[in-house]
Amino acid sequence: MRAFRILGLLVILSLALSACAAAPAPAAQAPAAQAPAAEQPAAAEAAAPATSGELKVAVLAPLSGPVPTFGVMTRDGALLAIEEWNAKGGVLGMKIVPIVEDSQCTPDPAVNAANKVIDQDKVHYIIGEVCSKASIPVSEIANAKKVVEISPTSTNPVYTLDKDGKAKQYVFRACFNDNFQGKIAANFALNNLKAKTAFVLLDQANDYVKGLAEVFTADFTAGGGTIVGTESYTAQDTDFSAILAKVADANPEVVYLPDYYNIVNLVTKQAKEKGITAPFLGADGWDSSDLDLKAAAGGYFTNHYSPEDPRPEVQNFVKTFRETYNNATPDALATLAYDATNLLLEGIKAAGVDDSTAVATALTEITFNGVSGQIHFDANHDPVKPLTILKVTDDGVKFDSVVNP
Amino acid sequence: MNFVYLATSALKIVALLAYLYALLWVLGRKQLWAKIVGVVAAFGVVQLAMTPIGGLRIFNDFDSGLLYQACTMSMVAMGLNLIYGFNGQFSLGQWGFYGVGAYAAADITYRWVDGDARGLLVAGIGVALGGLMILGVNRFVNRFKGMPVLSQFTLYLLGAILAGWVAVVIGNALNPLLAPLLEEGGPLAGYIPQQIVFFLAVVIAGVFTAELSFLFGLPVLTLGSDYFGIATLGFAIIVYTLMNNSDTILPFPEMKGGRGMIGIPQYTTWFWAFLFLLVVIVVMRNLIYSSTGRAIMAVREDETAAKAMGINVAQNKLLAFVIGSLFAGLGGAIYAHYIGFLSPGAFTFLLGFNPMIIVVFGGLGSMTGTLTASFGWIFFLEGLLRVILSQLGTDAPTWRFVLYPIALLLLMLLKPAGLLGNVEWGFFKKPVFVRVRGAGGVAPAPAGAAGEGGQP
Amino acid sequence: MPTVNRPGARLAWIGQAFLLGLALLVLVILGRALAANPILFLQQVLNGLQLGFVYALIALGYTMVYGIVKLINFAHGDVFMVGAFVSYFAVARFRLSEWPAAAFPGMPGWLVLLLGSLTVILLSMTICAILAVTIERVAYKPLRDAPRIAALITAIGVSFFLEYFGALGFVFSPRFIPYERMFNVTTWTVGAGGIHRLVSGQAVPDNAITISNIFVIILLASILMQTLLQFLVRRTKIGKAMRASSFDKPTARLMGINVDGVISFTFAVGAAFAGLAGVLFAIAYPSITSQMGILPGLKAFIAAVLGGIGSIPGALVGALIMGQAEALTAGYISTPMRDAVAFTILIVVFLVRPRGIFGEPEGEKA
Repeated sequence: MRAFRILGLLVILSLALSACAAAPAPAAQAPAAQAPAAEQPAAAEAAAPATSGELKVAVLAPLSGPVPTFGVMTRDGALLAIEEWNAKGGVLGMKIVPIVEDSQCTPDPAVNAANKVIDQDKVHYIIGEVCSKASIPVSEIANAKKVVEISPTSTNPVYTLDKDGKAKQYVFRACFNDNFQGKIAANFALNNLKAKTAFVLLDQANDYVKGLAEVFTADFTAGGGTIVGTESYTAQDTDFSAILAKVADANPEVVYLPDYYNIVNLVTKQAKEKGITAPFLGADGWDSSDLDLKAAAGGYFTNHYSPEDPRPEVQNFVKTFRETYNNATPDALATLAYDATNLLLEGIKAAGVDDSTAVATALTEITFNGVSGQIHFDANHDPVKPLTILKVTDDGVKFDSVVNP
Repeated sequence: MNFVYLATSALKIVALLAYLYALLWVLGRKQLWAKIVGVVAAFGVVQLAMTPIGGLRIFNDFDSGLLYQACTMSMVAMGLNLIYGFNGQFSLGQWGFYGVGAYAAADITYRWVDGDARGLLVAGIGVALGGLMILGVNRFVNRFKGMPVLSQFTLYLLGAILAGWVAVVIGNALNPLLAPLLEEGGPLAGYIPQQIVFFLAVVIAGVFTAELSFLFGLPVLTLGSDYFGIATLGFAIIVYTLMNNSDTILPFPEMKGGRGMIGIPQYTTWFWAFLFLLVVIVVMRNLIYSSTGRAIMAVREDETAAKAMGINVAQNKLLAFVIGSLFAGLGGAIYAHYIGFLSPGAFTFLLGFNPMIIVVFGGLGSMTGTLTASFGWIFFLEGLLRVILSQLGTDAPTWRFVLYPIALLLLMLLKPAGLLGNVEWGFFKKPVFVRVRGAGGVAPAPAGAAGEGGQP
Repeated sequence: MPTVNRPGARLAWIGQAFLLGLALLVLVILGRALAANPILFLQQVLNGLQLGFVYALIALGYTMVYGIVKLINFAHGDVFMVGAFVSYFAVARFRLSEWPAAAFPGMPGWLVLLLGSLTVILLSMTICAILAVTIERVAYKPLRDAPRIAALITAIGVSFFLEYFGALGFVFSPRFIPYERMFNVTTWTVGAGGIHRLVSGQAVPDNAITISNIFVIILLASILMQTLLQFLVRRTKIGKAMRASSFDKPTARLMGINVDGVISFTFAVGAAFAGLAGVLFAIAYPSITSQMGILPGLKAFIAAVLGGIGSIPGALVGALIMGQAEALTAGYISTPMRDAVAFTILIVVFLVRPRGIFGEPEGEKA
């Protein structure tokens, strides 16, 4: 009996706590949702049957687990896009209702979350998961159940591919494929930085980092450079002095560190303190307002866009994001989640019906102007979009060059 | 807020717990036919709920996924309850054994579907040779009384390396004979052989885990309670690290290290999950109420007293540890073929606290409690809490892991002995032995028959 | 056991040979590394020392609490995290480290720095101590007579709670926050050419090792705290009460010792050290997040066990071994296997000394 009382107490407690928590969230309850449907483009109006219902979109993000910050950023990026669409009258005349689920960046909770949104909430569209190790099992389910899934950030090649190497019909990603980004980084190191020797630091357990490091190593060697050392660490490390001592000893001309900003901050700071002068080269994971500019100064990274880019998509996104979320600057995860959501909704609009098969087909055909440039999907459901190279300086991240695919 | 929706979810939990108690009740009947009919009915009811009838499914994939997870979690937690609850050995390594079982079984079936019989051959032969080796070395060790544990361990380790090496040689030699039969359309490529291989893979993975736990447990079980706990935590972390490096340091490129093993055939059905859960339940209960079981519990109560009564303390600790790990290995194998994708991220030491939490939640030394808590825990945390929070807005899911520890704290403060203490129910109740006299108190045979009764 | 025939005892050499083999393997690896590049080796040892001294500070809290209530206080690592965050907010938000300059305008810079830093550190230590005592009163004290496992599960619960509550947007936020140091890092190069200050952007000369002021601070703080604690436990009245309570609680209570008070005091002292460690850790590795406490906490705990839990010198020795094991494994064996190697060392040490290096041999009753 006592157990039931506790359970009851917990339910009440959870309701109370969440009610407080939900209040400041700038989510679906935004008043803008009731904007007149007349603002909608006429073409979509004609194509869509005038059903003013709800369209559910699930957002699977690791809100707990090892990387809650990635989850929160992804969720915020996705919700911002949904809010903007709702302000414009939704999609196909329907209000978009986001369903956020915590997937913990771990296979089982991600699978549970996916099953829950598909079977209980009957969604046909999923944005997420963030980590490849969670989005791969989700993609199997989504593809089998004909649910369109766009992962903002899962770079593992097998995420969009089935066992025979063919693209899964309903599964897409919004981030660069490792091949493109790693290759550009290798070329940049060889041609622009004139480096002959490179050191690669990687996290063995992280798909994203490992994939980029492998591509970089292959392309840098193929281009005539030498990899003087490869060292790995784990995501929870804070002390990099042991491997940095080895970097200092090998004295490379460039260090490739394609990890997220939290690792980059620690590594570059400790490297500076250890007298390592070689520039660091990284990937889109560096993109964050939390990147330690002083530590990373002198480094370069490949990214989706430059904050200085005058295109309205970029400027509007950064501005709205700041306004909506207490001045937080979007990082790569928020940007990609925003783009992924916009891509999805654009696909639904282009398909003209709330039907996942039609939307999946539409997605392969559309060309979309997102924050990260003009995007379309290739045969493997990887996005084709330009890549920007940015330089980190003491007073900000500066545009260096742009590379088209 | 959709209350119908919530009520259905909550109702499912209640129904499920009622179902568990009904299963235990029917297993506890005296008549063999009642047990068989009951088990078949218990299997059938859920199977029926999972099959769509006229477009209606009572258990959708969300529920059935939770059900499979609850089944594997029950196996792991039952094993841990045997080690910790009944034998008093504070083990944090259960999650490591779970992972070993998962990867071992997955590798066998993965290779098999890929037209490579070496996984099955090497693991099967290795496990068999390993068993023989343990028996052989055991006889040798027994001849030299008082041999230090470390020496024993060294001998077993050398034996294990030898057995593994022989198994690899034989497996590689036999593979060319089997491989052609595995190709598309070959006699061993069909559905039936695959199911048999899956069954074998689960069993082999379980036995492999058990042998590994024997090797590890032999020296480490001599440590005291908390020290043993730390050493087993170390085991879990070592396993996790090796998983992350399975393609670089270990020679298993198909496991792909930290990137995760994809393409594991999803063979787990309700039949298999139910069957193995039932086997675990029956074995566990019969073990506990046997003379060995009493010896195991005596070791928990007081090692010195147990020793004075002529109980071989070291052996009983090892037995409980090995069987507990066997359950974990079986659970891992079932899990791997349910989720179809293994990543080291699912086996971190933090998640490894979950079985411990479940065992304490349910009540140490209560099999009913462990079973109930496993199901309740999965269906509450992954099921109900998810459903409630997603109704409350987009920020609420962040609170899931804030509420969970609060629940944990409240429960521990209110009921430190766990939900059920050491109350047992139905089948798990202490059986009344009428027929057994002077036979050493071995559990009655009919209970064992219920294991086969699970096959419809 | 005088007269029992134990032929197996003669076979002890098998196990000893096994251990010897392991030890030789380690020695060969280290020896080769030392011969190949002595400077690099020395640098790795220094890196390990820095890590080891931070672990030592955290390990103290574990060892004290375990010594007195036999509880693995899993929440200790998260108290450490709170310590780091308190100092972050004090420095970055409230500019507390600069108060002497505001209060006494004419004060010399170094004194401002010293006073300001000390204030921040003391604040962190105090808040951590209060937090730990609260946790102890709310979560552990009601369970003192319950099975030990109940308290352990509670500790895990508290740990999860602090991590995920901290990760909420309005608490510490889930972000990885770059930590602002109170002072700048100065690095010196020590080598054949004497001691030089390393100018930013300048490369380290060959055959020289680098030492930073952070390293020196951590070293001094850790040793100071160890000595203080040793003094507290051995020479003061409360220390005597702590030892008595850890030895036999009922008797201590009969002797008029306020055991509950002593236990709370132990938690407070341990947590204060964790708070200090949190500040130092954040200064040395300047990126903080609500989950930063998990791994250092675990490592420090292992260090405490390795050294013999309940023993203060043991915590230091264990932590130093742990630091060396990590740095040298990362340097010379394999970084991804680092944790596995560290735990293998632990298990092997257990097999030789089942109660840790400084542990008392008698078995403890659960």
